Amino acid sequence: MNTSIAIALLRERFGSDVVEPPVFRGEQGVQLPRERLVEACRVLKTECGFDMLTDLTGLDNFGDSPRFEIQYLLYSLSHLSRLRLSVGVPEEDPVVDSVCAIWGTANWHEREAFDMMGIRFTGHPDLRRILMWDGYPHHPLRKDFPVAGLPAELPATAMDAGSVEVAPMEGGPFVAVTGTTFSTRREPRACDSASERNRSVKDPHRKEEI
Amino acid sequence: MTVSTNDLLWIDSAHRAREVWEQQPDSDRMIINLGPQHPSTHGVLRVVLELDGEDITRVWPDIGYLHRGDEKIAENMTYQQFLPYTDRLDYLAPLANNVVYAYAVEKLLGIDVPPRCHVIRVICCELSRMASHLLGLGCYAMDVGAMTVFLYCMREREKVMDLFELLSGARFTSSYMRIGGLANDLPIEFVPGVRQFLEGLPATVDEIDGLLTRNRIFVDRTRGVGVLSKEIAIDLGLTGPNLRASGVEWDLRKAHPYSAYGEFDFDVPTGSVGDCYDRFLVRMEEVRQSRRIVQQAIDRLPGGAWHVDNGKVFLPSKTEVLTRMEPLIHQFILITEGLDAPPGEIYFSAENPKGELGFLIVSRGGGVPHRLKVRSPSFVNLQALPALAVGHMLSDMTAILGSLDFVMGECDR
Repeated sequence: MNTSIAIALLRERFGSDVVEPPVFRGEQGVQLPRERLVEACRVLKTECGFDMLTDLTGLDNFGDSPRFEIQYLLYSLSHLSRLRLSVGVPEEDPVVDSVCAIWGTANWHEREAFDMMGIRFTGHPDLRRILMWDGYPHHPLRKDFPVAGLPAELPATAMDAGSVEVAPMEGGPFVAVTGTTFSTRREPRACDSASERNRSVKDPHRKEEI
Repeated sequence: MTVSTNDLLWIDSAHRAREVWEQQPDSDRMIINLGPQHPSTHGVLRVVLELDGEDITRVWPDIGYLHRGDEKIAENMTYQQFLPYTDRLDYLAPLANNVVYAYAVEKLLGIDVPPRCHVIRVICCELSRMASHLLGLGCYAMDVGAMTVFLYCMREREKVMDLFELLSGARFTSSYMRIGGLANDLPIEFVPGVRQFLEGLPATVDEIDGLLTRNRIFVDRTRGVGVLSKEIAIDLGLTGPNLRASGVEWDLRKAHPYSAYGEFDFDVPTGSVGDCYDRFLVRMEEVRQSRRIVQQAIDRLPGGAWHVDNGKVFLPSKTEVLTRMEPLIHQFILITEGLDAPPGEIYFSAENPKGELGFLIVSRGGGVPHRLKVRSPSFVNLQALPALAVGHMLSDMTAILGSLDFVMGECDR
């Protein structure tokens, strides 16, 4: 068994649903419609020996149709080969079936794809955000999310529930302040309205400029 | 404004506690927070634990405190500009991350570096592995109470840090690799320095071995704790020493020899039980095996070129830029536009100290990646925490966390 035989088997089972993109740098992969994903994964794990899900990645091909794509990178410890499986996900209905039941490791990977791309996984046991906090309104790895960030409410804590602060990166993450001031001012730093406020406060250690 | 626990949407100990009370009103289970500021969580990991007395009944790891958006940043800069960011992934083995990233981009470009560069990269990877494992072992031992081992490990690791400084001028954030080669050739003091380090290393490893392997307290605290079977380890996608400790003999250096690893003799240690003690033994043996590889590598270090001779990939030297027209154009294009990568998708992964570090690069042509995904071993390995900790006691948590050897910089990216 190797990747080519596995692809041939998929082709036999799923017929014209299996699309094989051209091989690039020796890496083989298949594209499948999302309805057949779980079925295909089960075949690949039980019959083709792909016992490990190395990685699961969400992609935002902004401007294309379908907009999103999920890549499953499968690995087999028995015949040491890789297979890339990709499914397209439309923007209007960003939902894919979860493969958690097949590979336990998919749990966190799917949470990450949900967090970063906003793709939902049906059948996932605990689909919460993982890197950003719960309640964060955006999906930062989407192409229409600016690298500088967008304002968002910080999660309420027992200490200061309800207080609203802007995102610390608003206005650009690396805003250098040049000039003759001391180094803490000159270093590139996050420029947000909070630090703007601090800047207007007079620094007690600063000598008056003549 | 009054606060109720319902307002606390994200996993919070108060929220979890409420959930527990609602399910079992007369339960005396307790919810506690471990971290994000706790010495044994090695960074900013937070674990919410449900305890029944001192026994752990449920575990919710909470990550993301060190999320810096590296993947988003990568989409907004050229391939060369992202290289320093890879230092900050697994910051205990920065050189190894540089190497994997350089190979990933080289795979995308379809170029191969000269043999000398391959061997130097192997030396860098293995020195990083030793540094990372020494720190991992030291912290692990300290967490379960053996302070001396930590000091011995740090002393030895310091010598590796000095070697890194010799190579790149920086102890931690080295950025020594370049796409298509290295930042510069090895300094003449480097090989004698490595020899000296390798001579002293076995004594330290034996010392650690002597202090821990048959140490009654250490064995009591680690043997049979956090057992992970082979099947669960594979299902959870664990890689690196943590997978090998569960008895799976799988090492990317052997399974898919990249770089110059095919030329060197070394063994892949595996565990038999998959408990915390096995994970300690595997790491200690890997330090010895890394020493073997570095020894062979410096003995047969090939001469010749240490970077590709291709001005469209590797920056020409400054003298050339100042005296010749073509290198000047190459430098200008490389700095302003970056490489000219072909459209395509590649995945390259390598055996890092913590496990399989992989880069998935989706290119649409040009000098900036369309998508760059970091497959970080710590992220995947940490997912095993509930499987490892449930059923053990709270004090075993430090042993389990120490034996997993994760780095939050890489986990949260």
